[in-house]
This record gives sequence, C-alpha cells and structure tokens, in this order.
Amino acid sequence: MSMHEQIRNFIQDNLVVFDDEVEFSNEDNIFELGFVNSLFAMKLVTYIESEFNTTIESDEMDINNFNTIDNIVNFISSKTVYQ
Amino acid sequence: MAMTKNNPQSILEEVKQFVDEDIRPFAADFETQQALPRELIQKMGRKGYLAASFPEEFGGLGLDPLEYGSLVEEFGKGALSTAMLLTVSTGLVGETLIRWGTDYQQEKYVLPIARGEKIGAFALTEPGVGSGAKDVESAYVKVGDNYRITGRKKWISFGEIADFFIVIAAEQSSKAVSAFLVDRKLEGVNISKMKGLLSCAASQLADIELTGVEVGPEMMVGKEGMGFAGIANFALDYGRFNVAWMGVGLAQEALDVMVTYARKRSQSGQKIFHHQLIKGIIGDTVTNIMAARSLCKEAARMRIENHPDAAIQTTAAKYFSSTVANKAAADAIQVLGANGCSSRFPVERLFREAKVLEIIEGTSQLQQQMIALYGANKYYQPKRIKEI
Ligand SMILES: Cc1cc2nc3c(=O)[nH]c(=O)nc-3n(C[C@H](O)[C@H](O)[C@H](O)COP(=O)(O)OP(=O)(O)OC[C@H]3O[C@@H](n4cnc5c(N)ncnc54)[C@H](O)[C@@H]3O)c2cc1C
Repeated sequence: MSMHEQIRNFIQDNLVVFDDEVEFSNEDNIFELGFVNSLFAMKLVTYIESEFNTTIESDEMDINNFNTIDNIVNFISSKTVYQ
Repeated sequence: MAMTKNNPQSILEEVKQFVDEDIRPFAADFETQQALPRELIQKMGRKGYLAASFPEEFGGLGLDPLEYGSLVEEFGKGALSTAMLLTVSTGLVGETLIRWGTDYQQEKYVLPIARGEKIGAFALTEPGVGSGAKDVESAYVKVGDNYRITGRKKWISFGEIADFFIVIAAEQSSKAVSAFLVDRKLEGVNISKMKGLLSCAASQLADIELTGVEVGPEMMVGKEGMGFAGIANFALDYGRFNVAWMGVGLAQEALDVMVTYARKRSQSGQKIFHHQLIKGIIGDTVTNIMAARSLCKEAARMRIENHPDAAIQTTAAKYFSSTVANKAAADAIQVLGANGCSSRFPVERLFREAKVLEIIEGTSQLQQQMIALYGANKYYQPKRIKEI
C-alpha cells in the first residue's frame, strides 16, 4: 500500500461525515471541508508517531502539515528521509 | 527534593500513607476553608507528587501512566481537590508543556512545578463558552512582536493561587486560536475567587479578567492557530486521563465506607449487609469499580504504547468512571441512610464531588458524542449487514 493510500484509509476511518459516497482528493483540505474534527489532529499526531516511528516536534505541529493527504505524506516523507 | 524512580511500588505505598495521614482526615476542613493549606501543597511538591508523571529529566518521579493513574486514584480517594491539583498543574499544564513547550517555557514553568515552587492553571472556559470551547471569545491582537490579550475566563481551578495560566484565545480577524502562557502578576490580570460552589471549594476556582495583557512571542505555546486543535486537545486528554482515575478513587472511597457501614450497622437484629438488597447494591458497586478501573488501566497501557486510539480509550474511561463515581456515591448514601446525608460521614461530600467529574474536561454528553463518532466508523459493516 502506498503512503497516500495508507493516510487516506486512516482519514476514512476517522471521518465525522457519514455519507458513504464522500469523496476527497489528495489536495482537499479535510479540516476546512469539515470531514474531520479538531480531535483528529491529535489522533493523527499519535498515528504518525507510532506508525512511522518518529516524533513530531512543537514547531512541526502546524495545521499546514496535516490538512491535506498530500501535505501529510510530504511531511512524513520529509521527516523519515531526514532521519 | 523529588525521589528518583527506584521503586514505583514504594512510591505508591508512601502515597497511601500520605493520603491516610495528611489528607483524608482533613478533607472536609479543606472544603470549609475553601482552600488546600499551602503547607500541604508544598509538601506534595517536596515529595515529588506534583511532578509524579514528569520524566526524571524534568525533576519528576518518572511514573508511567499506569503507575501515575494509581497515584491519582489514591489522591481521589482522600480529597478530590488534591487530585484536581494534580489534574490541572501536573496534567493539563505540566504535561502539555513537556510535550509542546519550548526549552525556555519548560525551564521557566515546568521545572518550578516539579520543585513545588509554582502552580499552573488552565484557562479555557469563559462565561459564554463551555462545551463549544473552540469558539473562545477571549481575543488577542499582535502588537509589534508581542500579543495583547483581552477577555474573561471562568471556572478556572486553582485560578485563585496559580502563579501562571495557559490561556486559550482567538485572533479576531483570522479566527486562529492560540495558547499563551500568562503570569498572574502581569498588568491587566484580575483574579476573583468564585464562591457558592456545590463542591470542590478547595480547588480554589477563579474568574480571570484579562484586560490588554501583553506577552512576548516566547509565551506562545505551540504554533499560532494550533491552540485548540493542538494544545487544548492534548491538555484535555491529559486532564481526562486524570479525571478517569479520580472517578475510580472516589467510587472506591464510597465503596469502602458503604461496606464498612453495612457490616457494622444492625437493623431488625441483623447486620444490614445481610439484607439481600444491600448485597445487590454492594455487588454492583464492586463490579462497576472493577470495570472502571479496567478501562483506566487499558487507557494507561495504550498511552504507554502511544496507540492512536489511546485518546478515545481515555475518553471512554473518563465517561464511564465518572458515571460509576456518581452511582457509587449515591448508593453509599442509600446504604448509610440518614447518616449518609450527614457531613459527619464522608459520603455526603463524595456525592457532591462526584457530580463535578461529569462536567469537567468535557461533559458526559460530549464524551458520549466522541465515543459514538468513533463507534460509527469502527463498527460500520455495510457489506455484512445489508437488510436495512
Ligand atoms: C469544579 C469545576 C472546575 C473547572 N475547572 C476548569 C478549569 O480549570 N479550566 C477551564 O477552562 N474550565 C474549567 N471548568 C469548566 C468546565 O470545563 C465547563 O463547565 C465544561 O466544559 C462545560 O461547560 P459549561 O459549564 O459552559 O456547560 P455548557 O457547555 O453550557 O453545557 C450545558 C449542558 O449542555 C450540554 N451540551 C453543550 N453542548 C452540547 C453538545 N454539543 N452536545 C450535547 N450536549 C451539549 C452539556 O453536556 C451540559 O449538559 C470547571 C468547571 C467546574 C464545575
């Protein structure tokens, strides 16, 4: 499974909208669309840390790292490559 | 000086003794005096309890969540306000700063909490904003490099004596919600004690007026705009973990009293324990407490693993154990009869204190909604269950 698919699955498991047909692209801002709630950011931080064996630092806890699938994947890639 | 974590078991034994000697006998007095004695807080600091969950490099006892939970349970048994102090200063404030604070913030605020020199409080709720906390009305504007905060916070535990606050406020044009460290001595901070509370008077709640309070950029916790989604949510998660264990402690205290009373009190020629209906109450209370403690322990284990579902497990533990605490305290009054309604017995106070657990760190209704959302995703089986 690609990282994009993995993150998409994680988001889908945490949606707060229950339309079976809900669709979003890799660039859609899932917070602005109201697809996830603010608790999701906390859960995502824990998920990224445990799944990708990394630690998110204070200055990285930025909504722009977490608001689209592309941004999340880029953020994780930058961290894991850096490590 | 804090102890090093050589033996968590001996720390917990010592805490039990401390609660037996220094806290439980005075729990009702704390409420009458509407304060925890300063010497008690200092002693808790010296013994390292106010930094029990902090890693040793932050001057803490380095207890893991399972050990720390048991410690909170003990304080919850003794006097709820002592556990509230841990919830707020150690959990909501201290742990949040350890997780997201800068080196400067940790040096200036976390280490003094660990040494028992400073108390931190968490200021999110406002007169008009409670459950819908992401819509805080306290406002900040940028003035040069600094931030100027104006607003009013209400119901802030230990606000009366806290040395500093984490204040959550919103930038009015962008609606970005951010978190700031605010020292109580700053100009424009006005603190008034809240009176006439149902319980937890010793938690020294305060109303905090902020009038053009100016803080430097080094006082922002986390990034701008992450004050609710990031900082407040993490803080409330630490808080809920504490409250869950407080509920177990309070329920256990109610059970201890109920069992002891039922075995000693006679009516119609026999101890009331032998009445089947009293056994039913006690059997249910024992079972409920076992279940609540299991949920708390599972939440602790998931926190140790950094499991992504640790927060929802914590939410379920908080919701269930605060419900159990209310039922146990009410049932304890029933078992004690008229004596249960008297302040000569502790269950009257436990009954009043338990209610608070269903309100703080998110009401039970808010917890139910979070748990329901989790369930709606996790247990949705459209392929298996088709005939709807
Ligand atoms: C002893 C004590 C200590 C406290 N300490 C602190 C502290 O240290 N710091 C701090 O910031 N705050 C503190 N609080 C405040 C506490 O967090 C709030 O009281 C709590 O969040 C609920 O807000 P509210 O009281 O405004 O109730 P409201 O939000 O007005 O709720 C009233 C009722 O409506 C229900 N309700 C509201 N919204 C919804 C919804 N969306 N869905 C379903 N039901 C809903 C609630 O469940 C509740 O039953 C404290 C409160 C107490 C009593």
